[in-house]
Amino acid sequence: MKITHHPSDASLMSCSAGSMPEAFAAVMASHIAMCPCCRGTLSTMEHIGTALFDQLPPTPVSRPAPVAALRAMDADVPSQGPAQEAGVLGDVPDPLVKVLGTSLDDVPWKRVGPGVWSHNITLSDPSRGDLRLIKIAPGQVVPDHGHHGNEMTLVLRGAYSDASGVYRAGDVADLDEHIEHQPIADPVEGCICLIAVEGRLKFKSRVARLVQPFTGF
Amino acid sequence: MIPIVLNAPPDGRGLNAPGPLSMAEFLQRIAERGDVEAFRKLFQAYAPRVKAYMMRQGADANTAEELAQETLLTVWRKAGLYSGEKGSATTWIFTIARNLRIDRLRRELTWVELPDGHNEEASSDALPDEILAEQERKLRVQAALATLPPDQLEVVSLSYIEGLSHSEIADRLGLPLGTVKSRMRLAYHKVRESVEDLK
Repeated sequence: MKITHHPSDASLMSCSAGSMPEAFAAVMASHIAMCPCCRGTLSTMEHIGTALFDQLPPTPVSRPAPVAALRAMDADVPSQGPAQEAGVLGDVPDPLVKVLGTSLDDVPWKRVGPGVWSHNITLSDPSRGDLRLIKIAPGQVVPDHGHHGNEMTLVLRGAYSDASGVYRAGDVADLDEHIEHQPIADPVEGCICLIAVEGRLKFKSRVARLVQPFTGF
Repeated sequence: MIPIVLNAPPDGRGLNAPGPLSMAEFLQRIAERGDVEAFRKLFQAYAPRVKAYMMRQGADANTAEELAQETLLTVWRKAGLYSGEKGSATTWIFTIARNLRIDRLRRELTWVELPDGHNEEASSDALPDEILAEQERKLRVQAALATLPPDQLEVVSLSYIEGLSHSEIADRLGLPLGTVKSRMRLAYHKVRESVEDLK
């Protein structure tokens, strides 16, 4: 898998800090499972968190070390050697398996418009963002839209293209609120994406705005 | 008994003083023979800082104390999963604290797992050179952070220590989202430059 579009450095930092809204953390974790390059960047960024943590003035603790509790605990043992390999099973990245299962073909798609299907993934706090899979039929154009907040898209299968290039499986489009784009799904394979949105999308045309309640994104 | 550095000096020996191996060795002893004394030492060194971190993340003192206890208990339970070449003991323990914070304070799923869950590109055996490089890397990152312009350090701290998202930082500081992101990026580039030749 050749990945050419990566999340921004700012997004990777927020991920390394553990500070991304959950929907974005899910997209990011899925990309990281597919991208050795970003895993390398994150390991450098983790030093920033460590350095800042190391320099925090400590707050005295009032209770002693909980040694009594230790005896009752079973140790976790490495399941497949010390390092479990991150990766992708089929076309579902590891972090998504717990919410999607192992195949994109088994997703209970809901048709939301001509050539567009959606599957919502429930978050712990839905008010902070929206996470969903979108399936787009081959050659289908998604209405021109901008964003109120950040949007992050990870291609899981097929490809799509817009003015900024072609996005294939593993690629991430890390868009901020000022970007407007009109993606077109690959004419042969179509496209399945995982999309995190902070604010609701805003469509440019009146027709697209009318369609919005149906497409849900 | 390891002397506990209460306020890490900017030269950054911090929690791993006096040697880079000590805390990692305690972890190893816990993993190999369930060494309770080693656990006490780790607890004394790290619990106060984990508590401070949790309070900065918005926990009250009591909750922060409970989370510090739970973090160190998780360290005990997972010590067998720690592997020295994947990063310093502090990095590993900080990541456990960070994940626990997402789980308990934000009540969200932890999507990004511990660093030892990744298969990093540069994974190799922990050669002595690499352990030295790890210590050197840490000192350089701390030095680079110390020279950041205050506005960059501020957004980085709000992200890593206070746990705010980019949008929350933008709201807090009254800045455009793009400015927050560009400050984060500039800060990272400075840190990356400082450790580039260690790769």
